[in-house]
Amino acid sequence: MTEATEPQAVGTPKDARPIKLACRNVWKLFGSNAANFIRERDGKASMADVTAAGLVGAVRAVDLEIRQGEIFIIMGLSGSGKSTLVRCMSRLVEPTHGKVEFEGNDLLKISDAALIELRRHRMGMVFQNFALLPHLNVLENIAFPLSIQGQDRPTREARAREVIELVGLRGREHFYPRELSGGQQQRVGIARSLATKPEIWFLDEPFSALDPLIRREMQDELMRLQTMLHKTIVFITHDFDEAIRLADRIAIMKDGEVIQIGTPEQLVVNPATDYVAEFTRDVDRAKVISARSLMRALDGAEHGGTVSPDAKIASFSASIVASGKPFAVVNGTGKPIGEVTPQAVIGLLAGLDKPRAGA
Amino acid sequence: MTVTASASETRPPVQRWLLVWALALAAVLVVFLLQDQLPWAVNYPAEAVVPVADWVSALMRWIKSNLSWLTRSITAVLGVPLDFALNLLAKSFKIGHGADAYVLPRLSWVGVCAVAFIAGHAVGGRKLGILVGGCFLYIALFGQWTSAMLTLALISIAVPFCIVTGLFAGIWAWRKPWAERLIVSPALDLMQTIPTFAYLIPMLLLFGNSPVSAMIATAIFATPPMVRATMLGLSRVPSEIDDFSEMAGCTARQKLWRVLLPSARPTLMVGVNQVIMLALNMVIIASMIGAGGLGYDVLLALRALKVGEAMEAGLAIVALAIALDRLSQAIAHKQAKGQTHQAVSPVFWRRYPHLTLALAILAATTLLSLYVPAFAAVPKAITFTTAPLWKAAVNWITINFFDVIEAFRVALILNVLNPLRAFCEGFPWLGAVFLLGLAGYQLGGLRLAALVAALTAFCAITGLWEKTMATVYLCGISAFIACLIGIPIGLMAARSDRFEKIVTPIIDTLQVLPSFCFIIPVVMLFRVGDVTAMIATIAFAVVPAIRYTNHGIRQVPPALIEAAKVSGCTPRQTFFRVQLPLALPEIMLGVNQTILMALAMIIICAMVGTRDLGQEVFIALSKADSGRGIVAGLAIAFIGIVADRLFNAWTAKARARLG
Repeated sequence: MTEATEPQAVGTPKDARPIKLACRNVWKLFGSNAANFIRERDGKASMADVTAAGLVGAVRAVDLEIRQGEIFIIMGLSGSGKSTLVRCMSRLVEPTHGKVEFEGNDLLKISDAALIELRRHRMGMVFQNFALLPHLNVLENIAFPLSIQGQDRPTREARAREVIELVGLRGREHFYPRELSGGQQQRVGIARSLATKPEIWFLDEPFSALDPLIRREMQDELMRLQTMLHKTIVFITHDFDEAIRLADRIAIMKDGEVIQIGTPEQLVVNPATDYVAEFTRDVDRAKVISARSLMRALDGAEHGGTVSPDAKIASFSASIVASGKPFAVVNGTGKPIGEVTPQAVIGLLAGLDKPRAGA
Repeated sequence: MTVTASASETRPPVQRWLLVWALALAAVLVVFLLQDQLPWAVNYPAEAVVPVADWVSALMRWIKSNLSWLTRSITAVLGVPLDFALNLLAKSFKIGHGADAYVLPRLSWVGVCAVAFIAGHAVGGRKLGILVGGCFLYIALFGQWTSAMLTLALISIAVPFCIVTGLFAGIWAWRKPWAERLIVSPALDLMQTIPTFAYLIPMLLLFGNSPVSAMIATAIFATPPMVRATMLGLSRVPSEIDDFSEMAGCTARQKLWRVLLPSARPTLMVGVNQVIMLALNMVIIASMIGAGGLGYDVLLALRALKVGEAMEAGLAIVALAIALDRLSQAIAHKQAKGQTHQAVSPVFWRRYPHLTLALAILAATTLLSLYVPAFAAVPKAITFTTAPLWKAAVNWITINFFDVIEAFRVALILNVLNPLRAFCEGFPWLGAVFLLGLAGYQLGGLRLAALVAALTAFCAITGLWEKTMATVYLCGISAFIACLIGIPIGLMAARSDRFEKIVTPIIDTLQVLPSFCFIIPVVMLFRVGDVTAMIATIAFAVVPAIRYTNHGIRQVPPALIEAAKVSGCTPRQTFFRVQLPLALPEIMLGVNQTILMALAMIIICAMVGTRDLGQEVFIALSKADSGRGIVAGLAIAFIGIVADRLFNAWTAKARARLG
């Protein structure tokens, strides 16, 4: 079912960005003799097989590709295996079976020294409970990964001050973690993970331990940082609203399996299973669905304006309803490819009408 | 355990066990009654005694004669820092020989007292400063300065040694689970249950009667809590911090030293506090093999029955214990709270103002002591002695209350202690092995049964059965009375905050006192014998009963108590039907601790003339008979291990039932 919906369900243009990190049939099973179990079955097993063998399937048959510069969100409820999956990607947890490819090279085959080198310079990670070192102050915490690499004090402290500036913690350099609020502590965590200028950035439920208001502020902060830094981000969350706010693409996990991968819009418009539909039910559709999904073929009526195919309905709903006329959907060259009617918009806002491709 | 479903419905397993126990007890009774026919089952036959003691002695002799180069070099190497510390704190350095020797003075007592105040002030504020400084001043003014500094010097060398060894052993056990399971855990159990006396004998043999052997004994005895604290601290580091260190690209070494150990620092500091207190306890006892210091003063005074002097030296130990405990606890507490930011100054004395001040004061007062004798030694004119006072007090009590005390003592011996002793010593050894094995089987399965039976049998086949049972009897009755006193106090403390506020400082103080100190006042009143041993043991062992009971009741979740109240329980019902059952496993842990502490204390009470395994060790110590002492020490340790394992299995079962 993943294959059916994954590539380009609603006609998004093909992503030309290179693949940064890919999982190929990744398994993580807990229990005795788990490696033999999955090898004997050639990397294929059903949930029932796994349970019958007395094993626990934390991650099962995960295939996914993360492209350079995208925000890829892994979303699932607790116990769905999302944390284990992200730890498999960085080899904090050794997968039982499968391949994890970093820029095409199998991460599971490289030596310990190469892995340390990779983590030191190209990967960064932010943790749910911040994982700050209690005996170091803000400056030392942020400079810690650099000091591990053997950088001298002036160099690493200069870099640490740069990222402190970046996350807005100037003036707190000499505070200890316990003197900071949760939001500030996570800013330290973010700064620390950025200090090494990583290419791929793992965020493991980074805002889940924060109050809702602070969480929103930190999400905005993350978006601001991403517009400056263009990292490849793997972001774990159990909060679907957060996923929709931040994601380029979302992978939904349940019982260790990825059940659907797609843009927020694809998930809302075309949920693969009832489970996904359940998540998407209360989503504010106007903010997720774009003109492309709502447009119909041109029928020669007069247009009150134009929108781009990627514009979210919420961005032009007020003006289209006010004008009372359909808006033309035009592509990059200015050529109309369809139109959106005020009735369709009103229907969507009122929740009367499912979009045409609805489940 | 092979009951079918229908049978277990009609006859629950508890009743089945009752039947089994009734049969077992009947069997033992039969053996006891038939002792003319089956004498070997009651008293272990002397001709079948396995001469383990001789084997151990032979081994020690071999080590002594073949490895003396090793023991001598260890003595020499350890002697260097020890002599330095002894000279620095107590004896002064002598450079050169004879009359023209040049003498560098020891640290001035004025300086040390001032530093104690500064240290207290730095870690715990003015109140702690006054307490710690006051304790040191007390020691100085009551004329115990030199002895106390000897003791302190030994501790100050033994403690870092324990900390480093404990840290590495703990790291090793944490890294290699097989090492923990097979080597470290059993070793720790043994190290903590073997009585302190028993350590002294091999040390005496290998390293002679010197401060060095006292220090080694101390180091062995005081290391276990550090190992445990290290293991606990490392395993408690949040898994995210562990993950972070991996993601930052730490090598295994960087991860351990720069991430895990610093994160575990609060737990490690708790271990350090325990190491210091155990070291103090042991240094006092090790005075028997040449440690000198306060313990030796007590020992001499007790031997000469100089009650007043013993009391004075004992009080100085108390002062030292309180000062060291409060100081190291304040440091641990500060670590746990975490650091706060301060402006960092590059200038040394600005960055470490307390340290600088302390060093300056020490240097100045010590220099002054070259010219001003009052700085070098505490002037006689300002010291007090309370010895005559104590002696007068004891005399007064003996004169006025002799009859009452004596009547109490005799009644206790005739009506309680002697019958009980006779019962225990007459108990068939085979019956005890069988009954304890059965208990082990019921509580923990075959493995526990085998362990318990084997350890009990060891006591019999080494020919120590009678003395073992004498120890069990005295330890048992002391622990029983300690629980009888301690659990109600704990219950009261749990129900009243005000009472808890009164009790807490008392038990805190009781807990830090070295075991020696408990004997002194009791000996004054009850002279030597079983009654003295029992009372001193009760006072020493009552603390865990109080503490765990209080804690057990208080840790019952408030939601459960609210639930009970909402369902209409009276306070009495709430207490008896909700709080007490839920607190029972915790209370049992306290009872377990009480038994172990009673056992440790009973052995030390051999000094006041008990006739049990303690006496055996004590005699072996005076004769330097290592085999006899070590075997008796092992027998004592095994009593402790048997009690501990059975109680733990029982508590674990109760816990599992409560969920």
